[in-house]
Amino acid sequence: MSEFLQQLLNGLSLGAIYALIALGYTMVYGVLRFINFAHSDVFMVGAFIGYYLGKLVPENTVWGGLVVLLAAMLGCALLGMIIERLAYRPLRGAATLNVLITAIGVSLLLEYSGQVFFGATPRTFPAVFPSANYSFGSLVISSNQILVIVVAALLMVALQLIVYRTKIGTAMRAVSLNPKAAQLVGVNNDVVISFTFGLGSALAGAGGILYALNYPSIDPLMGVMPGLKAFVAAVLGGIGNIPGAALGGLLLGTVETFVNGSQWSTYKDAIAFAILIIILLFRPAGLLGKFTVEKV
Amino acid sequence: MPRPHLYLLAALLAALGISQVSDRIDPYHLDVLTGIGINIILAVSLNLVNGFTGQFSLGHAGFMSVGAYAAAAFSLFLGPQLLGSAGGTPFQQGCLFFGALLTGGFFASLAGLLVGVPSLRLKGDYLALVTLGFGEIIRVIIQNVEFLGGALGLNGIPPYTTIFWVLAFVALSVFVVSCLVNSTYGRGFLATHDDEIASEAVGLNTTHYKIVAFVIGAFFAGTAGGLYGHFKMTITPTGFDFTKSVEIVVMVIMGGMGNTLGVILAAVLLTLLPELLRPIAEYRMIIYSLLLIVLMLVRPQGLFNFKLGKAKT
Repeated sequence: MSEFLQQLLNGLSLGAIYALIALGYTMVYGVLRFINFAHSDVFMVGAFIGYYLGKLVPENTVWGGLVVLLAAMLGCALLGMIIERLAYRPLRGAATLNVLITAIGVSLLLEYSGQVFFGATPRTFPAVFPSANYSFGSLVISSNQILVIVVAALLMVALQLIVYRTKIGTAMRAVSLNPKAAQLVGVNNDVVISFTFGLGSALAGAGGILYALNYPSIDPLMGVMPGLKAFVAAVLGGIGNIPGAALGGLLLGTVETFVNGSQWSTYKDAIAFAILIIILLFRPAGLLGKFTVEKV
Repeated sequence: MPRPHLYLLAALLAALGISQVSDRIDPYHLDVLTGIGINIILAVSLNLVNGFTGQFSLGHAGFMSVGAYAAAAFSLFLGPQLLGSAGGTPFQQGCLFFGALLTGGFFASLAGLLVGVPSLRLKGDYLALVTLGFGEIIRVIIQNVEFLGGALGLNGIPPYTTIFWVLAFVALSVFVVSCLVNSTYGRGFLATHDDEIASEAVGLNTTHYKIVAFVIGAFFAGTAGGLYGHFKMTITPTGFDFTKSVEIVVMVIMGGMGNTLGVILAAVLLTLLPELLRPIAEYRMIIYSLLLIVLMLVRPQGLFNFKLGKAKT
């Protein structure tokens, strides 16, 4: 029983990170209807910003950690907006396939420029936040796990408030519903799309820091697998659906942790894709998504 | 193209002719030529799926790996039993290799069918991700299969790949793909590409066409894998990862999707480039990714597509 709880806890803290990344996929899909492949590499850049800044701030302090976290979020938001401006905006209205290919191109560009600039060898992420282990009976909780869950929950609440309680959030939902109609009633689509990229990328940056705190070996290709799994999480919850992304992330993290703890652990990386295929076959709109019929 | 069969015959004879003088060609050049041939087969077969049929597969390297492993297993495990310990005559080895390549192609197309039937109901981005996912699943499975060498891969594959086999299969793949899309039946691929809903409205079974394209594409990817395995003599699961798939996709996009000649030119160019640019090898993937982005922004119809006004995307 206590082992079950322990695995559940580990799964939830991994799932919270997947959820943060999945939110970025879902938001961009919501306004632009395409998968931003480069999102997983923005996540990687977030971790590297943390790595370089983490050396400058004093270790094991809460404020130092927060500075690193906020800086990574800001840096990633900027990066996301630059990518959107340079690579995606000129293709607005082009065929989906062209945008998809560009996204793959941007993703590879970030990964391999990372290998040249940061070096391909894995680095050890500094312990920017103070860490301790608390035990309840046989259950062990590390402060990093608590941090991940708390930060992820706070960010998701903040996101929910932005999307449903602010003017720009209303504009985001309008663009997502019908871009042309939104433009007609005076929404500046470019600003909204840029903001969406910034917001999603900031969450990916936060995810990058939190991931690196729990798995402190970072390299330029670290984003690939978490990115793909977070995308699966977004599809699992229903792409374009914000609570769905959070739910999908938590579910996927938990399932993966349980598989990892079982005798099937070598198949851990295949499990996410198996889930993706099953979901797309039986419920392509995802758990919380609405099924829509294609109109001609 | 009038009388395509004669072209195929001529190409096969040319392959035989080149293989007769192959011992006079510099071995390095022969290696490069083999690499070019294998990439042409991969690119031309992916072009049937991504170009002519308008689907977007990111799992071509997965099918290549299935073919490479099946072919290698065939000649490693069945070869000694069929040929005896002496190794057999060159003719017997050739027959064995042909069988191995067909086995590789068969298992790859079987994998193509398994992947295609469920995933081809999906479109665009989703299909790309599912094929990518399948590619990863194939890799994880191979890594866990004991008799295929696990993560270490298969070693000591007999070096059966000669320039004749490579050129012959290049000719065969180009022949099959061009004849197929130029036939009455094959118009269905183009129709699926141009407008899926309209094709369905006039009674074409688009799913059928997509699956056929997938299976044939996978078959040739499998034979290319077989040729690759018997050329390098050693294969590992990580040799057929996502990067390899992207490399083939770049060839197809650079050549112009649905333009066989352009795709062949792109495959030649992209195989030669790394050889010429050895000193800056670490920038290879950066160059590839920039190529993708710039091509999509500036010339989405492909570098070698000169049919103006027919920029199909």
